[in-house]
Amino acid sequence: MDVELQLNVENLISRYVHAIDDDRLEDWPGFFVEKGRYRITTAENYERGLPLSIVYADSRAMLRDRVSALRHANIYEAQRYRHTVSSTLIERIDGNTARATSNFQVVRIMHTGDSMLFAGGRYLDRIRLDGNDSRFEEKLVVLDSRSVDTLLAIPL
Amino acid sequence: MSAGPAARAWPAEGLARVPYWIYQDEDVYRREQERIYRGDTWNFLGLEAELPEKGDFKTTFAGEMPVVVTRDETGAIRCFENRCAHRGALLCLKDRGNLKEIVCVYHNWTYDLRGDLTAVAFRRGVQGKGGMPADAEPESEAPRKFRVEVFCGLMFATLSDKTPPVERYIGPGVAARIRRVMKQPVKILGGYTQVLQSNWKLYFENVKDTYHASLLHLFFSTFRLNRLEQKGGVVVGGEGGSHVSFTMMKTDSSGDEYEKAGMRSVSGGYRLEAPQMLESVDEYGDGVTLQILTVFPGFVLQQIMNSLAVRQVLPKGVGRTELVWTCFGYASDDAQMTERRMKQANLVGPAGYISLEDGAATGFVQRGAAGASERSSFVEMGGRTVESNESRVTETSVRGLWQQYRRHMGL
Repeated sequence: MDVELQLNVENLISRYVHAIDDDRLEDWPGFFVEKGRYRITTAENYERGLPLSIVYADSRAMLRDRVSALRHANIYEAQRYRHTVSSTLIERIDGNTARATSNFQVVRIMHTGDSMLFAGGRYLDRIRLDGNDSRFEEKLVVLDSRSVDTLLAIPL
Repeated sequence: MSAGPAARAWPAEGLARVPYWIYQDEDVYRREQERIYRGDTWNFLGLEAELPEKGDFKTTFAGEMPVVVTRDETGAIRCFENRCAHRGALLCLKDRGNLKEIVCVYHNWTYDLRGDLTAVAFRRGVQGKGGMPADAEPESEAPRKFRVEVFCGLMFATLSDKTPPVERYIGPGVAARIRRVMKQPVKILGGYTQVLQSNWKLYFENVKDTYHASLLHLFFSTFRLNRLEQKGGVVVGGEGGSHVSFTMMKTDSSGDEYEKAGMRSVSGGYRLEAPQMLESVDEYGDGVTLQILTVFPGFVLQQIMNSLAVRQVLPKGVGRTELVWTCFGYASDDAQMTERRMKQANLVGPAGYISLEDGAATGFVQRGAAGASERSSFVEMGGRTVESNESRVTETSVRGLWQQYRRHMGL
């Protein structure tokens, strides 16, 4: 096993989920390359080869627009996430690129105190390797369930 | 114990008030199953394009009743209760698939694609022993069959002989607006389900409520993507429970009408960095950028720029509703058009820039009115009656819903 590669990728994913859980959403687009792709879809759509996403961006600019909308336009009750990521398998594509598959679960904590298992599934990532500055070229979030409770505002 | 519907009286103000018990009462909910979903209304089942081949099936619901929808060996769409005649087990356990016949897993009773019982395992017993009496008629408890009508590629079903044909049920004004969107063969692009923590009627009102659109959904105004002088209108159809609203919105990042009007939503002067997401084409040649259409009790058809979807509103208890979204394009779409629809899908669904709030707003009413079952909501925007209107600052289509609802419910 390439331990350095494993640590590099796991570190990127850990920093990514901590940024979201700590409400540092403004840092979120920076985990992607400039033309990075981010999609959330369901396992059903993914397995049937259907292109629909719940969220779809193909640039950092689109990710920044989503953060801007969440901060200034969209209305939703105060809530936080707590991500748990595990079982990351990594495959090197070439010297600069790797593919990673991880399991994740997200607990959503509402301001009322209600907590629920909000989302679970896989991260299917393609990563541009660059020492301590590795970034996602693509992050595909595949939800195991086709159902989302109420709304999905904060990214996964 | 809650009071039964008979003990409940609708407020004297009529359609201009909606009593909160209507969203909370278990007896009302049970009566809705019988009088609305199993009564003389059309239940929306999905797009015909979901079942392209003979033998294709899907499972869904008519209210709470589980149903199987099939394309039979003649190519006709059929719908019947997803319940075995024998012990009541689900006949089809999968969401979708292709079958030649349907076999109940519990005791192997077999059905054809129309829902007719064709074989009972060991009906005559084994080696002369056991089996059913010769005069047994298990068919008498067969799954109930629906009348099915496919209108413009949309599958509807009713258990009642009295339900008028779909086009008459929804009226010509709404029917014309379905034809506008369902103008050619469609291609399924995917789907998802949004779980709403509210009564189904709160969501159905929300979709019909043209008044809230520019007030709750601040995405367009925050990024200065619309103008105040949007043209449009509302058409109420059928018995009142079906409607279409449409808007001719110019997306335009210049102009300062919102600032002049002092709207809080634009105080920040925010702009999209990637407004390409909203680059749309006029597919209908009429300048209508947004059309929302409903058919009582649970169908929504949406055109938001080039984002097309049907939504099925399924009740899951007094305080819980599932909204089943299916997004589609046209079979003739090229890759660029599909990509455009996929980008604009960011506007809709549980994470949609202009629809995520709806998931929460209906829950706010369910929670807000928890202690006010004897009080009412106040629905007088645009008057106290039901009529089509050029202004969308009206609740006319919300009142239309209650007009049809009350007739079915005898309330």
